[in-house]
Amino acid sequence: MTVTSIEPKDNKEKWLARLRRFFRWLTSPHVVLSIIMVAVMFYLVIIPLYRMVVTTITVADVDLRAIRGAEVGDFTWYHWVRMLTGKIGKLMTYQPAMHSIVVALGATFLALAVGGLMAWLVCRTDIPGRDTIHMLAQVPYIMPSWTIAMAWLVLFKNQKSGGTMGLLEFITGAPTPDWLAYGPIPIIVSSGLHYYTFFFLFIAAALLSIDSSLEEAGELAGAGRWRIMRKITFPLVIPAIASGFIMTFSKAMGTFGGPNVLGVPVRYYTLSTMLRSNSSIGNYGDAFVTAIVLILFAMVTVMLNQKIVGTRKSYETIGGRGFMSKKTKLRNFKPIIVAIVVIFQFIIAVLPLVLLVYSTFMLRDGKWTLDNFTLAHWIGKGDLSINSGEPGILLNHKVWLGAWNSVRLSILTALFTALFGVVLGYAIVKGRGTWLSKIVEQMSFIPYVIPGIAFGAVYIAMFTKPVGPIPALYGTFALLVVVSVAKHLPFSARSGVSAMMQVSKELEEAAMLAGASPWRRFARIVFPLTSTGFVSGFLLTFITTMRELSLIILLVTPTTAVLASMTMRYIENGNDQQANAVIILLIVLVLIGNFIISRFRGGSLKKGLGL
Amino acid sequence: MDTPIVINNLTKKFGDVIAVNNVSLRIEPHTFLTLLGPSGCGKTTLLRCISGLEDPDEGEIYIGDTLIYSHAKGISVPPGQRELGMVFQNYALWPHMTVYKNMTFALEIQKLPKAEMDKRVKESLEEVKMSGYENRYPREMSGGQQQRIALARMLAYRPKVFLMDEPLSNLDARLRMDMRTELKRLHHISDATTVYVTHDQLEAMTMSTNIAVMKEGVIQQMDTPDMIYHYPANLFVADFIGNPKINLLKGWVSSEDVVDLGKFNIPAYTHRKTGDVVAAFRPEDITIHTEPVEGGVEFSAYSVQPSGADTTIIAHKGDTEIIVKEMGVSKIAMDQKIWLTFNKEAINLYDKATEKLITGS
Repeated sequence: MTVTSIEPKDNKEKWLARLRRFFRWLTSPHVVLSIIMVAVMFYLVIIPLYRMVVTTITVADVDLRAIRGAEVGDFTWYHWVRMLTGKIGKLMTYQPAMHSIVVALGATFLALAVGGLMAWLVCRTDIPGRDTIHMLAQVPYIMPSWTIAMAWLVLFKNQKSGGTMGLLEFITGAPTPDWLAYGPIPIIVSSGLHYYTFFFLFIAAALLSIDSSLEEAGELAGAGRWRIMRKITFPLVIPAIASGFIMTFSKAMGTFGGPNVLGVPVRYYTLSTMLRSNSSIGNYGDAFVTAIVLILFAMVTVMLNQKIVGTRKSYETIGGRGFMSKKTKLRNFKPIIVAIVVIFQFIIAVLPLVLLVYSTFMLRDGKWTLDNFTLAHWIGKGDLSINSGEPGILLNHKVWLGAWNSVRLSILTALFTALFGVVLGYAIVKGRGTWLSKIVEQMSFIPYVIPGIAFGAVYIAMFTKPVGPIPALYGTFALLVVVSVAKHLPFSARSGVSAMMQVSKELEEAAMLAGASPWRRFARIVFPLTSTGFVSGFLLTFITTMRELSLIILLVTPTTAVLASMTMRYIENGNDQQANAVIILLIVLVLIGNFIISRFRGGSLKKGLGL
Repeated sequence: MDTPIVINNLTKKFGDVIAVNNVSLRIEPHTFLTLLGPSGCGKTTLLRCISGLEDPDEGEIYIGDTLIYSHAKGISVPPGQRELGMVFQNYALWPHMTVYKNMTFALEIQKLPKAEMDKRVKESLEEVKMSGYENRYPREMSGGQQQRIALARMLAYRPKVFLMDEPLSNLDARLRMDMRTELKRLHHISDATTVYVTHDQLEAMTMSTNIAVMKEGVIQQMDTPDMIYHYPANLFVADFIGNPKINLLKGWVSSEDVVDLGKFNIPAYTHRKTGDVVAAFRPEDITIHTEPVEGGVEFSAYSVQPSGADTTIIAHKGDTEIIVKEMGVSKIAMDQKIWLTFNKEAINLYDKATEKLITGS
């Protein structure tokens, strides 16, 4: 009945067959894309990391005085020994590391407590105004992470270290105590209140996705409300808490704005501000040791997290499915709780902006009376007595250049991130189960565990000199795009995968059987069906890049400065009002961008986060 | 279209799992072959290997005279050039295209003139009784209608071979029955070689000209539905086919043409003098008597389950259970004493060790 297959006799034919099979494998679209992406990511992630490590163990020009008899390029442990031992080790590594951990942990737990409680109130109680709370909860996400820190200064700074007085000191007449003006507590509170959005969105989505019959089953079994919460609800939202935890912790570890505004004036250094101060004096060997320490901390966190919660689950978010659930009645507490939530959200979302705006109308910083009112910081012509002679920001071409840089950086980053999202999503999903797909997925995950400022540092190491076909990019605008796109790789991969997963594979297979070329399948089938997901991704990337600071602070130059980095420069020069005006401008631009983009095909911030 | 499909020594692995294990088969032109088996038996994988959506690890496949896949020669013709059409389990209609666009997608690639495309769309829609739906989007139609459009899309393409992967499994029972009728008519008219995958034996029995029963990546038996039903090649096939299930009782050949089942003997063509066997007989091949008869074995009616057209009776004798099917509504009451006689012609014996059908030759 069957014809026995004829094995080719000679070796040449066997090799030819092998070659054909290999070629077929190599030319299948997902393999081509995977290989391209592996090459790109190797260049964007692995090589920079390698160069960074090499820099820490190589003698540089600036080290010649310290290391006797060495020549540039020699191997040395000098930086590691210096940074990890003795007095300098304590001052430059251990103390900042301690501070970073304290600040990051504090901020994360504060964000967890606030975000979790709010999520529970919105999803599980009969609190009124649910949609408004939901909307306001996303506001911090639109603001740069150090907005609250700057507002904090306006409110609490004291004459002792800031030179001028904040609102509190103005009103009470007594100097604000140092612990309230600067240092760990202000940093923790201001960043915790910024990052609570992650927890809120993740936990709310998880709570909504829990089938309430699970809880009802517990109720029928005679469990009380508290026991159900502890034994059923809580374990089910643990993955969401965990994903919020690593996201927030690694962001808080790597964040630069808050600690720079609230820590540096009182010499409360964290690893990120220490990294900046070393790299700004050109001591890259030392700076990179700090960066590596920072990366190791972040990696340990992620690993611990995955060990405790179980692998992978931790950063997979749960898709919200609207189940009916029983709402806890707040009864008599309702007015009180509503009042607390309203005040709280006002403090987080509205008050900082009001304070910042108000401060931009003060001619002399710290003088809170009406006769001090001015528009000079916005439309001043440039009076030498104000702001070292810089004109108001709306007339300042440097600010407009920064704004233009911000917008163009964000758009380019969002475009490339969306493009990589399509490519990564396709490569990973179509190759599911193959080693190549796993490599692509895992490589794309690496930037996730590298804190922003350390990731920026990695790129100094990479592009101060030409590498292969790529010219020395240091100081160019292109470098900012490269680093932003690279940092967004995990997000690209995740949003690409989830968009691609929504298209059942048969849809593409049917087109394959119809004889459609890979390009045609992509243009006619895959892309139209995934584009909504990419619009959301585009929006999210646009926003995060607009207000990104930690990542690019080490890489900007006066000509490539963006609004975010300008706020830092102004505040470091003591021009607080201008810094605040720039931040307001930045937020306005984000809102405009948000508005324009969300007109297209129903993209939204929440969708972009994968909720 | 005289298009046979020949498969030689085909193997497909997923990691350590062998989904299709050294399968060889020849599908004659005009055949409606059903690949039947429980989930995970490799039937869908085999179909996908034929379609080219899956690359096998060993073996070769011919469609007509064309070698479309050969591991040894390193050949694999891309799916789009194999000239076959496929209907997917979830229909795989492109949700962002109208029915017309769905149907002309492949035709556009072939660069057919517009008039020809219109003609084909019209004809194919008529064939599936969906004329006038050209401008609908898939989500504007019911599941059954989407199924018909998926079929029409395949027909418009005029493939040499039809491949269908559980196309009816997402439909409700009533629609499934209608679609079985249509599919069978369609095959009757088009006469195209068809490979159909299902786990539903009723679909397989009613539509196919041939059935290949699969288990663990191996074809257990390939034959006409009639032969599969009446002469299952091994115990797996016997047990898998038939509803209610076939009766399988362990016994031994006590003398020529007599099988001892422990508590009673039944007549059967034993083709051997001795040995351990499993006797298999269909519920409808047993006759029920309410009075003792010559050769009748006494049982008690443990459960009586009428379903209208016929009645299923579970008969017990000690711990031996036999399922009997009687036409019409049975008069037998539960726990009533009954006597069963067995049709010698209809009893198949299987070797207990090899589980294979014992035949005369």
